Amino acid sequence: MAEATVNAKETKEKAEAPPYQGPRQSTAMIAAAVAVAWLVPGGGHFLMKRWGRGALLLVSVAAMFVLGVLMQGKVYHANTGDLLDMLGFVGDLGAGGLYFASRLMDIGRGAIELATADYGTKYIIVSGLLNVMCIVDAYHIAIGKKP
Amino acid sequence: MTLTLSHFSAALIFALFASIVFGITQRNTAREMLRYGAYCFVLFVGGVFAGGWLMWLLRH
Repeated sequence: MAEATVNAKETKEKAEAPPYQGPRQSTAMIAAAVAVAWLVPGGGHFLMKRWGRGALLLVSVAAMFVLGVLMQGKVYHANTGDLLDMLGFVGDLGAGGLYFASRLMDIGRGAIELATADYGTKYIIVSGLLNVMCIVDAYHIAIGKKP
Repeated sequence: MTLTLSHFSAALIFALFASIVFGITQRNTAREMLRYGAYCFVLFVGGVFAGGWLMWLLRH
């Protein structure tokens, strides 16, 4: 009973606590953080000196992309065909530098004869989408909304 | 070089990396990040098992 009261009090205090408001970076720095975060997963965090978080994000996003390519996943090209292909391209594009590197090296053609290739395709798309989350997080750090 | 993973190992690796990103991006303190990341991982893996059993039930 007493524990429940303490928990309820903690929850109430948490709900009433004002949102975190840290120092806001300059507009140029905010733009740079977003751009770098897109090109290099975790790069925005490195720019904001969040080394540990940046490293974990870099490893997670890059590993998913590389594993996807190794599984013979498909890297989508810009297209105006099937809706799912267009969405796949948008997802892949989120990976930024990794996407451009794969296009330059002409990898990620996809192998429909392999059952795991479809997993690979999904890995590549999700790594791009996860990188979008990293970009938004770097932006929030830059504007002082997140520590 | 081609990597061939089983469905389960592919789902586990997916869950691990997605949970790390979710934890870091959705929470503010290191402790909360760790807890939320672990929570997401458990949900991902639990979802795999739940989905697996559901498909088994549908099949039988």
